[in-house]
Amino acid sequence: MSIPAVRLSGVTKDFGPVHAVRGIDLELAQGEVVAFLGPNGAGKTTTIDMVLGLSQPTGGSVDVLGMAPRQAIAHGLVSAVMQTGGLLKDLTVRETVEYTASLFADTMPVDEALANAGITAISDRKVGKCSGGEQQRLRFAMALLPDPALLLLDEPTTGMDVEGRRAFWSAIRKDAEKGRTVLFATHYLEEADQYADRIVLISHGRIVADGTGAEIRALAEGRTVRATWRDADSAALAALPGVDQVDVRGDQVLVHAKDSDEVARFLLTQTPARDLEITSKNLEEAFLSLTGADA
Amino acid sequence: MSTTTVDVTSRRVPRMGGFSLTLLRIELFRMLRNRRTIVFTLILPAALLLTVGNQAGWDDRVGSGNVAAYLIISMALYGAALTAAATGSMVAVERALGWSRQLRLTPLHPVAYIMTKAIVALCMGGLAIAAVNVVGLLQGKGEMPVGVRVGAAFVTLVCMLTFAALGVFIGYLVPSENAMQILGPGLALLSFLGGVFWPLDQFAEVVRQVAYWTPMYGVAEVARAPLTHDLPWFAVVNAIAWFGIFVAGAAWRMSKDTARV
Repeated sequence: MSIPAVRLSGVTKDFGPVHAVRGIDLELAQGEVVAFLGPNGAGKTTTIDMVLGLSQPTGGSVDVLGMAPRQAIAHGLVSAVMQTGGLLKDLTVRETVEYTASLFADTMPVDEALANAGITAISDRKVGKCSGGEQQRLRFAMALLPDPALLLLDEPTTGMDVEGRRAFWSAIRKDAEKGRTVLFATHYLEEADQYADRIVLISHGRIVADGTGAEIRALAEGRTVRATWRDADSAALAALPGVDQVDVRGDQVLVHAKDSDEVARFLLTQTPARDLEITSKNLEEAFLSLTGADA
Repeated sequence: MSTTTVDVTSRRVPRMGGFSLTLLRIELFRMLRNRRTIVFTLILPAALLLTVGNQAGWDDRVGSGNVAAYLIISMALYGAALTAAATGSMVAVERALGWSRQLRLTPLHPVAYIMTKAIVALCMGGLAIAAVNVVGLLQGKGEMPVGVRVGAAFVTLVCMLTFAALGVFIGYLVPSENAMQILGPGLALLSFLGGVFWPLDQFAEVVRQVAYWTPMYGVAEVARAPLTHDLPWFAVVNAIAWFGIFVAGAAWRMSKDTARV
């Protein structure tokens, strides 16, 4: 049994009267690519800060590869790429990588890091003169220097075009096959669905769903059939194939089912139900209903 | 997902909290190629020495040397204070840029970071002091025993720390790369008031009474003590008090800083 890359148990974090994280239990296995999905203010960044040892949890414990977060960082096991900042404008690209490399006990050669990130040609350029995309490549070069076992990414592909995004993720997947764990924060459901092995949905400081993309999608699958039917026979409805949920509200009945046609046919042909209405939930709506965000 | 895992035990922790000569070299070169730093810290004090060093009575006796020697020590202090303030303000600028946060994601220990900055400040301060002394020697007017020259230079380096703290303090109050635009003229004014450019006894009585309370006065008296053999007790109190105030101010702003590290 290998050590989990990240283990959070009963983690809470308060900022004065604000409960930013309200009890998170999470375990990431080595080599997993996990999306941390949630709206702004859900507690993603606060949680990531605790995994990085930048802040201490109010309650609970955080382990990274079986160590305290700061210790894992001292061993060069954890890297993170943030979206903005974190660079000195008056250093050259090469100096920045050299500087970072000098802080670790073991790193890949500076030239190799520059080549891997595709920034060898601009290595003598001042960081302040680099474009946003070039600076992002530099951040990756810095993050990958110590060959981290855990890589945390904050909205990694913001501003990338489709091609860049695909190339980026294929590189990330290749490294994951060698055992690197990747946890990326995003608020794009599509990206999480497409590239992560696992999606952890967080809202109001709690995990509201945790599963594969397919499992998260299933939460949003199917349609809701609504009809007017006094004294509805909810047992008969629940017995229909593919029905997940039946709600009776006064003379209204709401049925959530994978096969809404079957429900509609039954209602119209074998019951006195009328005023049928069929609605579907898309991924975004499922996401919003799970995270409790306002649409 | 794969079955490969990382051998955690093979990873080492860097020695000395990540402090290294590579780090020191890059930090030093950064300072040396910053044109503004060079102008303010190396050229300006030396140029001032050439200007004021020509005033009448430069060869009058002061302690174990002459007035020109007195001016060399004063200008060296001014240059060193500017350098220290510039280095100090960079700590705050780096924090505002998110660089400090980036460094916290590496094994670099905060103590190793502060040590590196302190060594850079001392090197640059030493350079500023050396530049003024070399120009003074070339000018050929300043006259003092070698022991006094070295002693004064050493005391100046220590006094300089006050202004490193001031730099950090101002850097936090004005979190931008423009902290030096306040510190530059500010230190010039304080140096003028503190009797670095002109001896206080040439000031009007009212101005002199104010000057005794300003931060440059104390350190200037302390730095020149090896030459003048004269150190009023209130100058020492002034030097220690302002050091305390600036360190406390810097610490206060750092702790108030609620931005994500």
